[in-house]
Amino acid sequence: MIPTWDWCFRKEGWPVSRLLVYLIPFLVIAVFVAMARYERRFAHDPTHKGFFERNGTTLGIVFIALVAFWTLFLVVLPYLYMVQESFHPKLVAADRGGPKDILTTEQYRSFFVQPTDGEINTTHMGAFIFTLVISAIVTVLNFAICYPLAYYMAQAGSVQKVRLLMLALIVPYWVNEILRAFSLRLLLASKGLINQALMGLGLTDAPIDFLGSNVGLYVGLSYAYLLVMMFPLYNAVESLDKNQIEAARDLGAPWWRIHKDVVIPYAKPGIASGCTMVFMLSAGSLAAPQFLGGPKTLWFTSIVYDFFFQAFNWPRGAAYAFLLLAGCIALVMLMLRLFKVSLGETIK
Amino acid sequence: MSADVELDRVTVRFGQFTAVKEASLKIAGGEFFSFLGPSGCGKTTILRTVSGFLDPSEGVVRIAGQDMIGIGANKRPTALIFQNLALFPLMTVAENITYGLRVRGVSRSERMKKADELLSLIALPGQGNKLVSELSGGQKQRVAIARALAVEPKVLLLDEPLSALDLKLRQHMRNELRAIQQRVGITFIYITHDQGEALTMSDRIAVMNNGVIEQVGDGKAVYDMPTTSFVASFVGENNPFAGRVAKADKSGAVVETPFGALRGRNPLGVKKGDKAILFVRPEALRLGKGEKDATITSTVLNVAFEGNATHIFLKGAEKKDITLTVGRLESVKIPEQGVEASVAYDPDLGLVLPEGRLASE
Repeated sequence: MIPTWDWCFRKEGWPVSRLLVYLIPFLVIAVFVAMARYERRFAHDPTHKGFFERNGTTLGIVFIALVAFWTLFLVVLPYLYMVQESFHPKLVAADRGGPKDILTTEQYRSFFVQPTDGEINTTHMGAFIFTLVISAIVTVLNFAICYPLAYYMAQAGSVQKVRLLMLALIVPYWVNEILRAFSLRLLLASKGLINQALMGLGLTDAPIDFLGSNVGLYVGLSYAYLLVMMFPLYNAVESLDKNQIEAARDLGAPWWRIHKDVVIPYAKPGIASGCTMVFMLSAGSLAAPQFLGGPKTLWFTSIVYDFFFQAFNWPRGAAYAFLLLAGCIALVMLMLRLFKVSLGETIK
Repeated sequence: MSADVELDRVTVRFGQFTAVKEASLKIAGGEFFSFLGPSGCGKTTILRTVSGFLDPSEGVVRIAGQDMIGIGANKRPTALIFQNLALFPLMTVAENITYGLRVRGVSRSERMKKADELLSLIALPGQGNKLVSELSGGQKQRVAIARALAVEPKVLLLDEPLSALDLKLRQHMRNELRAIQQRVGITFIYITHDQGEALTMSDRIAVMNNGVIEQVGDGKAVYDMPTTSFVASFVGENNPFAGRVAKADKSGAVVETPFGALRGRNPLGVKKGDKAILFVRPEALRLGKGEKDATITSTVLNVAFEGNATHIFLKGAEKKDITLTVGRLESVKIPEQGVEASVAYDPDLGLVLPEGRLASE
């Protein structure tokens, strides 16, 4: 018997949790209006004009309405809807809002314990950990590739070379993801170009199973999010005063110490920002793992995808998606804490 | 421990542009040596060549007699103080000061000892744990000096380090820099466009223009006996009177200027018929008539009272006004604006030099 909260939230035919979703818009609007009204109190400058004084009432209302619309329909509501969905059982349309429509944590629990036989859900938990570990490796790999490039572009290269490099980095991204993934697959396949070249040169006797050993996955994911790492790094390193580097060199620092003591500490917020984004996007990516992963590779998003579109089990899909989000956020927070970067710095 | 620095026909080119042309000079160990010149004259390029950030296109830099070609900035016995100081913002004051020692693998306890020592040298005792951003401009300045001195360089290079400070602090830091230099006894090479700084602090000055060292000498020599028109017009205020030489011998020369024939010393031996410029310093001019070939008459354009002195501007031959400085305690009647006034000078204080480019205003 699954314990339910419905004694607290249920109302005949109209669960309070869904009601909440419809109440939130008004809450958001109220928050914005309050912010606009009381903005003046928080300004340190006494001559500071309030939001409505600056923009006029009509324009002020328009601004608030636009921002509220954006926040509500693109940010708050979709996720909120998914959150409440994840706390419901899987029901056919007829049962929705009926007596079976209760609030439950069964979808979340099913991640840990199989609902069918009560066994520990090793498959899904394994895929979850696998996804996070591989994403972390991809993040490190991407950082190792992008840092030297970003440093070269930001501090060392001549303007012309940097432009050329920038173009070479950006143009491949015009190619769509599926084409990119499949062409990589062709290259890495057991009868693909790379294996044939290796065998032709006599370096190996039998083809190397790049795809089965997830090399394809690493390459595909790293490549897919290269720019996402590149630009925050480039921006961070670019704003570093060249004199800082020269000062360190003048004081006797060899090149690696300059990076360790001056460049990397300075670029830390950019590094954190790039790593966070690459990690989150890798963990949440769908195409690259499906096309480039080995036959035994189970990426967590594939499971989520299957719940939504194969099993039509939206509540469980939503619950899994939120578990992935929570796992990613927890890991990122842990890393930020470990490397002593505040969250605010990473979004500068 | 100090070292001498020698530039031997050093030329530095950036593509088509020649930043420094055949610079040769020898700076003695323990000397306070300044490179003085307008921006873009190549003085910073020379500094970067000595510090090792640039390689000369031709010629040799020697420090303590050793050829520096192929020796990187991190291996040279020099330390550079940057124009913007380039202190490390994420390190504390003490970490900044001892960074060079940390790189050299000096133990932590020894580094802390050295930091305390240097902090008291720069009059900031006990402030090692502060962040750089918590310091004032003058304090940052001193931390930059301490950071450079911590690695015990034989030559300290300073790239206009005082230019970001306000006037009072700048004058104070001049004395302090000079005092530090005398205390540590190492060679200082100082880059500046401010002739006041160069004159007050330096043992010797090299005046540069367009990548060429125009004159090397101590402050008095550069001020009193400039050898080119550029040096005469760049170092201190000067009134140029251009024209052809009407008469010349060893003792002096007479230049036919728009204000009549005027006489001055002739140390470089300009000849009759040469184009030349006669220079007279504002403080050498006095109101009233003097000898006929040392008197100028023109209209008073403006009178500016500056506390200890009054500057009187007379209409010059070209764009530049003739400036005359009258000390506060000189009992003379300051002329009204708009009247004709005569000013005269001691012909021994006039200086005739071959025509050349003047420092642009």
